Amino acid sequence: MPDTRPKIVGFCCERHGMDAAVLAARSGKQFEASVRLVQVPCTGRVDGMHILRALEDGADAVFVLGCLEKNCYYDTGSIEGRKRVGYVKQMLSELGLEKERVEMFNAASSNSWVFPEIVAKMVEVVKKFGPIGGEKR
Amino acid sequence: MIVAKRKPLNEIAEMLAPYKKVTVIGCRSCVAICLAGGEKEVKMLVSALKVKNKRDGRKQHIEGTVVERQCEKEWVQEIEAQILDSDVTLSMACSLGAQTIGDMYPKHLTFPGLNTGMFGVPEEQGVWSEKCVGCGNCIIHTTGGICPIARCAKSMLNGPCGGSANRKCEVNLEVDCAWAAIYDRLKLQNRLDLIESVTPAKDWSTSHSGGRRVFEREDAKLTPHQKKGKGVT
Repeated sequence: MPDTRPKIVGFCCERHGMDAAVLAARSGKQFEASVRLVQVPCTGRVDGMHILRALEDGADAVFVLGCLEKNCYYDTGSIEGRKRVGYVKQMLSELGLEKERVEMFNAASSNSWVFPEIVAKMVEVVKKFGPIGGEKR
Repeated sequence: MIVAKRKPLNEIAEMLAPYKKVTVIGCRSCVAICLAGGEKEVKMLVSALKVKNKRDGRKQHIEGTVVERQCEKEWVQEIEAQILDSDVTLSMACSLGAQTIGDMYPKHLTFPGLNTGMFGVPEEQGVWSEKCVGCGNCIIHTTGGICPIARCAKSMLNGPCGGSANRKCEVNLEVDCAWAAIYDRLKLQNRLDLIESVTPAKDWSTSHSGGRRVFEREDAKLTPHQKKGKGVT
């Protein structure tokens, strides 16, 4: 049976972002979405190209999760990540697509509640706008 | 270098909408440096257009490629098959690249993906500023290496206008007065006497005002014999 849940891709930095996701996963929480995480060394490495490619390849929404901006392991990495997300949002808007499909979040590795909140928010976005190129799931 | 800016994506999508097969061609020279039409920008544009098409349910084949210098025929020729195999080419180079493809394949449609802006330099990461307008008769040896034609809003040749105040330009208070900068530079070089010399009215016939310009260098041109591929005569 095909998985009809929203498809969400998350780019998580290997420091706080991924740790926050792992912490949430260990709690055994079930998500209303098919979430694929891509671990990156730093959200400053995430490029608009990666985000758009994820959307092109079937993701309904994409998020980038990095360290808190004043506590980034690489100092300004999550600020760079936010700028890239902002640029992609602008591109989506120019094309008449929903910029809400792409978001940047920050978390500390101990914030176990953040990851489920992020997934819930992105699921809401997909429910509101439907999948790209299909009926609402 | 030539500085350009991507056209708004809705404008690009509208241009390409009627066509089934699109080739987007970037350039690894100036427009890659100014982050407008290099390899990464081509990939992002292609991806974004594919997402848009998926959303709109439009069947359109889009592929991207990039050449070393789109303004040179030899580099464009390498991807001739790809160009001619598509219904339309979107050039992500400056207008020179787009026109080179257009001139080489006049029956083929070539559209611009960028707005070509200026001759500029990268001032800092993400900032480019105009420093030359290509007037065809450079005088910066007399102005401390700063071009008053490009950097003064009024292209003044003999000192600042009355609108220069507190070293800023009246046209845009964010912009430094070019003549204040020229004064500082000449002072630094101990050549302030130059500021008092009078520059006569400029001959603009060497600029675009004289019509389309073609530069030739006889010693570099091929003879008709060489053009036929028969070697040096």
